[in-house]
Amino acid sequence: MSRYILWRILYAIPIAFGVSVVCFSLVYIAPGDPLQTIMPADATAETIEIVKKAYGFDKPLPIQFAIWLGKVLTGDFGMSISSRRPVLNEIMLAASNTGMLVAFAVPIAFTVGFSMGTLAGCFPGRWMDRVVTGSAVIGVSLPNYWLGIVLVIIFAVELSWLPATGMGARGSDYFSIWDWEDARFLVLPVITLSMIPIGIISRTTRAAIAELRNQDFVQTLRAKGLSEVAVIRHVIKNALPGVMAVMGLQFGYLLGGSILVETVFTWPGSGFLLSKAIINRDVPVLQGTILTLSVAFVLTNLLVDLFQSMIDPRIRRG
Amino acid sequence: MNKTEPLAEVRDLKVRFVGREDTVHAVNGVSFAVHPGEVLCILGESGSGKSVTLRSLMRLLPDRARIEGDVRVGGQDVLKMSNRSLRDLRGGSVSMIFQEPMTALDPVYTVGEQIGETVRRHTGCDKAKARARALELLNLVRIPSAERRLDAYPHELSGGLRQRAMIAMALSCDPKLLLADEPTTALDATVQIQVLILLRKLQAEMGMGMIFVTHDLGVAAEIADNVAVMYAGRIVEYGPVERMMKAPLHPYTQGLLASTVHDQSRDQDIDAIPGSPPDMRRPPPGCGFAPRCVKARDVCRTAVPAERYPEPGRMAACVAVEVPEMAAA
Repeated sequence: MSRYILWRILYAIPIAFGVSVVCFSLVYIAPGDPLQTIMPADATAETIEIVKKAYGFDKPLPIQFAIWLGKVLTGDFGMSISSRRPVLNEIMLAASNTGMLVAFAVPIAFTVGFSMGTLAGCFPGRWMDRVVTGSAVIGVSLPNYWLGIVLVIIFAVELSWLPATGMGARGSDYFSIWDWEDARFLVLPVITLSMIPIGIISRTTRAAIAELRNQDFVQTLRAKGLSEVAVIRHVIKNALPGVMAVMGLQFGYLLGGSILVETVFTWPGSGFLLSKAIINRDVPVLQGTILTLSVAFVLTNLLVDLFQSMIDPRIRRG
Repeated sequence: MNKTEPLAEVRDLKVRFVGREDTVHAVNGVSFAVHPGEVLCILGESGSGKSVTLRSLMRLLPDRARIEGDVRVGGQDVLKMSNRSLRDLRGGSVSMIFQEPMTALDPVYTVGEQIGETVRRHTGCDKAKARARALELLNLVRIPSAERRLDAYPHELSGGLRQRAMIAMALSCDPKLLLADEPTTALDATVQIQVLILLRKLQAEMGMGMIFVTHDLGVAAEIADNVAVMYAGRIVEYGPVERMMKAPLHPYTQGLLASTVHDQSRDQDIDAIPGSPPDMRRPPPGCGFAPRCVKARDVCRTAVPAERYPEPGRMAACVAVEVPEMAAA
């Protein structure tokens, strides 16, 4: 078991390295010059050269990458071109804002999705299953920015129960989760964000449970005299590894912050930061944010793999 | 003939599987009894209704199954039992061994946990006691280095060991009746005979009644006291194993025996029974075997043949079977 864990962790390192290469080159593969946005239109070729040198853009790409990676590993992500603040600070701030959404959206999405899926899987073809499957399809297919706008129209504009956009009554710098006046700003974005994971997780869970309930070992469990509840406990444990893989992916997506949802609710999270960086061609911010999110994604998958191997002994034989 | 109370008694059992488009008439009026210490083999090919009959004894059938008739186990009416007392019965006084040891055990629990779970379910003892009992059971079914195997997962055991673990689980609460659903079919021939011998031995030692479902004549000959041959959802012949093997009464049993490899010469073809079993969505009105039977008469195709008792303890449902005057009277 410990060998498997060690092996799996080592395996994550080359993945993370590959991710960093992709992050770095992404910006150079994309058309357009990062300097365009910060240089005045009438800048002379000389000035452009000076600025290029100042940012290190004149060196060959592999060298630029090595320098960048070396700095990144020591926690130096560079300066934002547009805000002139350290990229790391910007990312931390945005990530913690997104983290606030994730901290609520993930438990909601996972518990609701998993329980709905389990119920549906236990009664395949019955009304419970139809309701769950139907709403899962709706949850997955509704564009979440549209859902966000509709929720705003209903609960903010028509009913005036909840604020429409922003983060906290006094702005994001003074946001306090313990104050309902601020916390109510979380409600709509969290609901909007949860919809797709709920749909995906409940569908996966339903499929896993329904399939497992037809397996031979379930009949053995019934033949042992176990109650339906005890049988379902066995089925759930069998279904968990597969469901957890999907949960890990969803967790990763949520961490990345939805650009669309954060834009609709003007929530200053990582998705919002990314969209700003893209519009401003703020290369250091883009690279830093994408790298941080990707590494978080790799770590999440690593954790999921370890959990899976704890539950299902067959996975350990890797 | 047998004076003891039967352990299990089935009378006129009928099982249909009701589907949206069609209904499968899996079992169409089956009656038999098993006494303590007796091994009854239900012999038949796939689709004959043998497994469904076996599962009815525990009411272990899907929701769409409609069960009629009278099924008594240990004097209790299984078909009228509440779900709760049914669960007490399952794994307690009646337990079952399944065909595929590969898939019949839960892959994410250790063998010890799975056996212990049954023990705790029926005795209410604590985990340590259940584990001790599980170890005892693994030794009982001759699993080598049982202590280590207790913490093994099913995928870490060979097919033979897995089936032994399955047997250990079935025996964990000293059942009075053991139901075995082709427990050796999925095993290698050498392992098959070991498991058969073990089962027979444990059955005799513990004085259990056993119903053993198989399609394999050789297996039946090895383990059975009495054999019930099923075809198209009915018992077509019943009797003690030696006499049936020596002189089968029903044309189907005769065909089965003729189609096995025994001492034919090398270049002689084995006599297979022509045709295939009937579609049980539309079972034939008369004898189920009539379409394939060389001795079939017109009456066979219109009416289900009555049971005939040509010798004491033997039954055959065939019009071709001669009943001596004495026995008929």
